[in-house]
Amino acid sequence: MAGQSDHSLSIFSAAEVEFIAEDEMIEIVPNIRMDALNLLCGDFGPFLPQIPCKVPLWLAVALKKRGKCSIRTPDWMSVEKLTQVLEAERESPREFQPLPFHYVEISRLLLDHAHDDIPEVYMVRSLIEDIRNVRFHKVESGLETISGRTYAVKLKNLSAMEVNLVRPFMVRVLQAFDKHDSPETVQQADASASKRPQVVDRGLRVSLSCVTC
Amino acid sequence: MRRRGGRSASGLKERKKRDRMESWEEEGSGGGERERKTDVEAMREAWRREKAAPELLEFEGELVRRLREQIQLQEDGDEDDDQDLLSSLRHMDLDRALFLLKSYLRLRLSKIQAHLFFYASTSAQLLSPQEHLFCQRSLHATSRHLHRSLLSLLPPHYQSLSRQSTSSDHDDMLHPPHLDTFVFCKPNTHVGPLQLDDLGDDIVDLVVDDLYVLRYKSVTALVRTGRIDLI
Repeated sequence: MAGQSDHSLSIFSAAEVEFIAEDEMIEIVPNIRMDALNLLCGDFGPFLPQIPCKVPLWLAVALKKRGKCSIRTPDWMSVEKLTQVLEAERESPREFQPLPFHYVEISRLLLDHAHDDIPEVYMVRSLIEDIRNVRFHKVESGLETISGRTYAVKLKNLSAMEVNLVRPFMVRVLQAFDKHDSPETVQQADASASKRPQVVDRGLRVSLSCVTC
Repeated sequence: MRRRGGRSASGLKERKKRDRMESWEEEGSGGGERERKTDVEAMREAWRREKAAPELLEFEGELVRRLREQIQLQEDGDEDDDQDLLSSLRHMDLDRALFLLKSYLRLRLSKIQAHLFFYASTSAQLLSPQEHLFCQRSLHATSRHLHRSLLSLLPPHYQSLSRQSTSSDHDDMLHPPHLDTFVFCKPNTHVGPLQLDDLGDDIVDLVVDDLYVLRYKSVTALVRTGRIDLI
């Protein structure tokens, strides 16, 4: 298949990440009457005019493109909620705010195909862009802190697209550090066998985001 | 997409529809409830796992077989679509399922191709019969090609495919899949502390739904039992 991405670094293409996101459920308000859809991925409907129902995102976009429905914007995509998230993101430099895992893909699809259904769409668009920029900046600065002693990384609340963007680099970096650092760790341990084992030598866990309970 | 046209009698149409509904109920994809997973969902998760894992995972033979049957039924049932909208939506759904299936199978083939020797000698559980055949044939073709084009021209001690020379004590030309790589993962049940490796006593406390980047070796068992999802 022409679009197949390389598996060797567990790489998903952006299109594949969007494909996964398109199965998320979203609420639509049909403006037509249609019988129930018995699809391989589930049964949906029957569709009655002005009665909201839940369908997968790909189906919602398809119906919207044909003018058969309007899409109800998810609650997290309101101006108030997004403003709150943006402020919280700016205030905490090492923490990511909870957002839907596929927020990038969902907002991209809705902004592209259903912008007339989104209240204050320009504001929403600019808020989401700002949120994405702030979060990615945090990811980048977090990457700088990965040292040779990293054995595991914790990334609380990172979203699918952000994970995918950072995956190839992070995997290569961790592997490279692992390869170049472990023999030294062993040698150091042997040389300083008489000393008390130092916690530092065993590798620190670096969190890109702190956990606050 | 195969279309049978209007040749089938209405009785046959009814029976087909009934069969489709029954098989869906059996497979658990009817009703739209989320308690039982549809086969498409299960396939999507298997595809994701396979893509994210550096080694070949066990072949989901039952799932693939069931999904193929459902896709076949759906394709055959195309003749009773009079509305353009319904038919195009069904096609989209079909295309999505087909993509998952095809990508899953091709992904596995490319993994097998990357480590032919290694997978040629693994247990039958891991590979499907067709994959096994593919592996044997590829191995045979590759060996023959290498032998003809290169190895037979080298001095006799260096002609082995798997050893650098006859003085090597093990197969040092062969590389098993690289399991030391790091993967992104999310626990979906409570796992608690996990020992990272044998070197130190690094313990990571795995909290449900938090995202971690860990060495694949440390989480292999958890991935197999489904307690941790690969992202």
